[in-house]
Amino acid sequence: MVSEASIWAILLLPLAAFVVIGLVVRPFLNRYAWVSGILLIIALAAALALSVLTLDAVIRSGEPHFEGRQWLDVGGAVIELALLIDPLTAIMLVVVTGVSLMVQIYSLGYMRGDPSYARYFAYMALFTASMLGLVLSANIIVLYAFWELVGVSSYLLIGFWHERPAAAAAAKKAFLITRIGDVGFLIAILYLFLQGDRFAAAGLNPFHIPDIWQAAQPLAAGGAVLGGVGLTWLTLGIFSGAMGKSGQFPLHSWLPDAMEGPTPVSALIHAATMVAAGIFLVARFYPVFQAAQHALTVVALVGGFTALFAATMGLVMNDIKRVMAYSTVSQLGYMMAALGLGAFPAAIFHLVTHASFKALLFMVAGNVNHATGTFNMRYMGGLWRRMPLTYALVLIGGLSLVGIIPFAGFWSKDEILSAAWSDGWHGGGPAALWAGKLTLVFLLTGVLLTAFYTFRMIYMTFHGEFRGGAEQERADLAAEGQPNTGHLGEVHLAESPIFMWFPMVLLGVAAVFSGYLLNPQWVEEFGIPKHWITEFLIEGLKSTPLAGVVHLEVPAFNRWMAAVSTVIALAGIGLASVLYLRRSAASKDPLEAIKPVHALLSRKYFVDELYEDVIVRRSFYNGMVRAVDWVDRVVVDGVVDAIGLVSRNLGPNFLSRFQTGEVQAYGVALTLGSLLILLGFLVF
Amino acid sequence: MDTGFSGLLTATVFLPAAGAVFILLLVRGDRNIRVVAAMVAVADLVLTLLVFGLFSRGDDAARFQFIDQFTWIPGETLRANYLLGVDGLSAPLVALTGILGLCAVLASWRIETRVREHFVWLLVLQTAVMGVFSSLDLLLFFLFWELELVPMYMLISIWGTGRKEYSAMKFLMFTILGSAFMLVAIVAVFLTPDVGTFDMRALSTQGTMLGAGVLLPLGALFWLFFIGFAIKLPVWPLHTWLPDAHTNAPTAASVMLAGVLLKMGGYGLLRINVGMFPAQAQQFAWALVTLGVISVLYGAVVTLRQTDLKRLIAYSSVSHMGLVLVGIGSIGVTHGALTSAGLNGAAMQLFTHGTITGLLFLGAGLVYDKTHTRYIPDLGGLAGRMPLVAAGLLIAGFASLGLPGLSGFVSEVLVFLGAFRAYPWPTALAVFGIVLAAGYILWMMERAFFGVRRDRFADISDASLIEALPMAILVITIVGVGIYPSILTDVFEFGLSPIVALIPVGLP
Repeated sequence: MVSEASIWAILLLPLAAFVVIGLVVRPFLNRYAWVSGILLIIALAAALALSVLTLDAVIRSGEPHFEGRQWLDVGGAVIELALLIDPLTAIMLVVVTGVSLMVQIYSLGYMRGDPSYARYFAYMALFTASMLGLVLSANIIVLYAFWELVGVSSYLLIGFWHERPAAAAAAKKAFLITRIGDVGFLIAILYLFLQGDRFAAAGLNPFHIPDIWQAAQPLAAGGAVLGGVGLTWLTLGIFSGAMGKSGQFPLHSWLPDAMEGPTPVSALIHAATMVAAGIFLVARFYPVFQAAQHALTVVALVGGFTALFAATMGLVMNDIKRVMAYSTVSQLGYMMAALGLGAFPAAIFHLVTHASFKALLFMVAGNVNHATGTFNMRYMGGLWRRMPLTYALVLIGGLSLVGIIPFAGFWSKDEILSAAWSDGWHGGGPAALWAGKLTLVFLLTGVLLTAFYTFRMIYMTFHGEFRGGAEQERADLAAEGQPNTGHLGEVHLAESPIFMWFPMVLLGVAAVFSGYLLNPQWVEEFGIPKHWITEFLIEGLKSTPLAGVVHLEVPAFNRWMAAVSTVIALAGIGLASVLYLRRSAASKDPLEAIKPVHALLSRKYFVDELYEDVIVRRSFYNGMVRAVDWVDRVVVDGVVDAIGLVSRNLGPNFLSRFQTGEVQAYGVALTLGSLLILLGFLVF
Repeated sequence: MDTGFSGLLTATVFLPAAGAVFILLLVRGDRNIRVVAAMVAVADLVLTLLVFGLFSRGDDAARFQFIDQFTWIPGETLRANYLLGVDGLSAPLVALTGILGLCAVLASWRIETRVREHFVWLLVLQTAVMGVFSSLDLLLFFLFWELELVPMYMLISIWGTGRKEYSAMKFLMFTILGSAFMLVAIVAVFLTPDVGTFDMRALSTQGTMLGAGVLLPLGALFWLFFIGFAIKLPVWPLHTWLPDAHTNAPTAASVMLAGVLLKMGGYGLLRINVGMFPAQAQQFAWALVTLGVISVLYGAVVTLRQTDLKRLIAYSSVSHMGLVLVGIGSIGVTHGALTSAGLNGAAMQLFTHGTITGLLFLGAGLVYDKTHTRYIPDLGGLAGRMPLVAAGLLIAGFASLGLPGLSGFVSEVLVFLGAFRAYPWPTALAVFGIVLAAGYILWMMERAFFGVRRDRFADISDASLIEALPMAILVITIVGVGIYPSILTDVFEFGLSPIVALIPVGLP
């Protein structure tokens, strides 16, 4: 067993680091700002150790249960601070603390010399703590609170270089778009309280997550507390929050812009915190989603479509971080689709493997940026000679992302594809079946595109001839008369310092082995049982009050699916090799040959234009907001003036007769007036 | 009914006024005046915190405590008493007045013109507002309510900016119009046979107002009071005095105006409209929610259009005060039993918005002091030069858009939880206000504080210690309440439960 205090410590250690850095180091010891990085790393190392102990305890002796502490009790709304430790939480704790620790070590090197070093680590600490609180919470309102804190920390980190207008705008965009999703999540919570009396009748607390699971189950005494259309809307509300955070279409457009933040921030956002939160949220409420088949169908379709949609845009990006960003959106689509298809463990498995190789790939982008001063792949090339270690790591991360055996991504992606293939995944009707097949098509096409954009990225960056880096880009921009908005650095082609490559090597090891070791498909290895993580997560669901309701099966390894997806992936790699491997430095991107398609993709299907220009600027701001503002000034306030309370036109002339400039006189008049009213009252 | 005279509330209410008289007659020199005013404000803050801290909320505690009572106008005709006392609803608001009173005094440190008068009016204002929150006699309540107008009018029209006379007069006229309605209602209540009292304790007990033959229908009385309070809150469409008054008022007056004067409206709605006319409040809950949702959305939409820093904050107040009305409307419950969540959220919103908007106005005032402009497109990149002000405004902004861990979140969630049980669809609409709030707050931050620094702001300075102090006080309050909201919700719950108990159950 693991003690309650040690689990709280996992959350409180990074939180304490945030408070100490923010209130002590930043204001008083800013000369020793390097302390802040060390402080956070120590806190996270301890948190990681405790997380591993927690995971071990859950594996060995099942889920611990702890009493909650009351935070708020108002009019029947009882909100508790309580820990929910199940296999899902235990796995997430290790992923979050582990990846965050790697990212912080990397940041020591990457952020060196930044004048706001302490502020950076303070925000990072807050970010990690918020995510840990979200993962640990047993109360939906507390979960929502940490959910919002994750949002605000990402706002602060994306806009970390706030003097750059693009960064400030990207931060705002991320917060606003995710908040649109959060409205649905909040309304779902309100709906739970609306049903508060029914919960109470069943002895349940509408905000306690295990109680919500139970309320959705028809087995509960007297029928399900939650059911029918209400349940579907409830789950869709929760899903809308997840869509925002996990960048699912149509709320995906903030994620690529979020690249304006420092690169380690992107690594953290894309691997373990922010975007993983959406997947976690659906997984957390999986017992509720399982009772809402229509909602699951929506989840599957949105996820599958996003997986394909985002991958197409990744094909044409020239900014290495944007390729990664679309890749993340796409991979999150895979996870969401898995959840929708009933393969809840596969989604979490993929979340774990993806965390390792995507964090690694972002760090590669950071190294490349350190060496070339730019993120623009058109000015890179040939880096493998100068950065052999980084090159080896990008191959590992890339092959894992593409899903080539035996790298981690292969095993987890294969589970998702197998789930999409098998149609016995739930009791849904023909619509659900059709949706499952469609999703499979999306996902398989996505594999081809993933392989293509990944190797296009590797070839453009590491192969061919070096194309001059930031210096060349600066010269080109000057030649075209364009301002330098890319914040270009200096070129010094070399491998990065140890702080940067050390965590990368660890992540690289995870990207090779974690897939097979977490979920051995054939035989037990190193004492790890077959299908370990799948079984573990399913056991987690079954140990809730839902025994007998949860219908999840451990999928057998599907050789056919593995073969098909491997062939498709290899085809994608081959295609990229043909087009990009032997390309001369001067030639244009071969994809530009298909002009209309290239334009559509590189302009991101004009979604930004649609949202920001057509919807927000023209329709909302210049239409509705302007109209309401006009009404306010001319009609509402106009009536006031017209009545003559204070006439704008009469005002100066009318009032000036009394305006002696002696304001005291008004005061006396006013006081007398008030007294007069009272006096009249007394006489009356 | 408790009688007696404990003296604590009388001291709390009149200490600022006494300080004002002292400054007026005896203190010489601007510097001394400032110091004395600050000392008075600190002393009064201590007294208000004593009131809040000593307020007993146990099971056998009296509903109204710290009663100060003596016969004021003797005789059978009027039976007016000097009667002060607080319950769980007003005790936190008294504390809020103490906190913001000190902040307003500190924010006036840089005032150079007519220093003596400025601090005198500020302290008189504090007495008036404190009196409104602690009066338990309707006539006394009304007197304090009117008394507050004078200093605020002076503060805006003398130390204001822009169209200050227009704004001050508009503020005055609107409020006096509301007072007129309120006065008629007070007279009617008093003249109703079987009532014949100004004692608000008696008026807010079951039976006093019900059933008796009345001069005016109870519904009419409800609406007469409502108009008076709605103007103050303010409620759409009676809100247009507010942006003018806020924008043109000096910082200290804006802080007091947004921080506590608006709260008098919300307090009046809870104390009188709900507390004395529970059946009518429930009957008209749909109207309150409708007006509330309109205020929330309309206010937020108009806020999006503002380019003046202070005007933006002022319009956001319209939106956030709309939530008070939505929370009160929760008593028209349609799903399940009535809960106090919505009313508690409304009361919480009064407190949290007071601190949050106070902080926003302090920050805006500093920006104006240093840059001499409030036009947001002219600002930009200030965060590099004024990190303290930027941090203060960012925290206030996040609190304003309902970020958890800060106080605004608690009140918003409680309001929504309560109101959703009564009117799910309108409440769901109001929830979209949180997106709009994020829109205008983040736009304001981006344009004023982030982005490339302007050359002309190259040598502006950050907040000095005395300027940062009031911001720090409010930040601590906002974070403290956000993390440990029970410190307020428990007290409000204690004060609201007798009110909730009066609301008839089973009406549609």
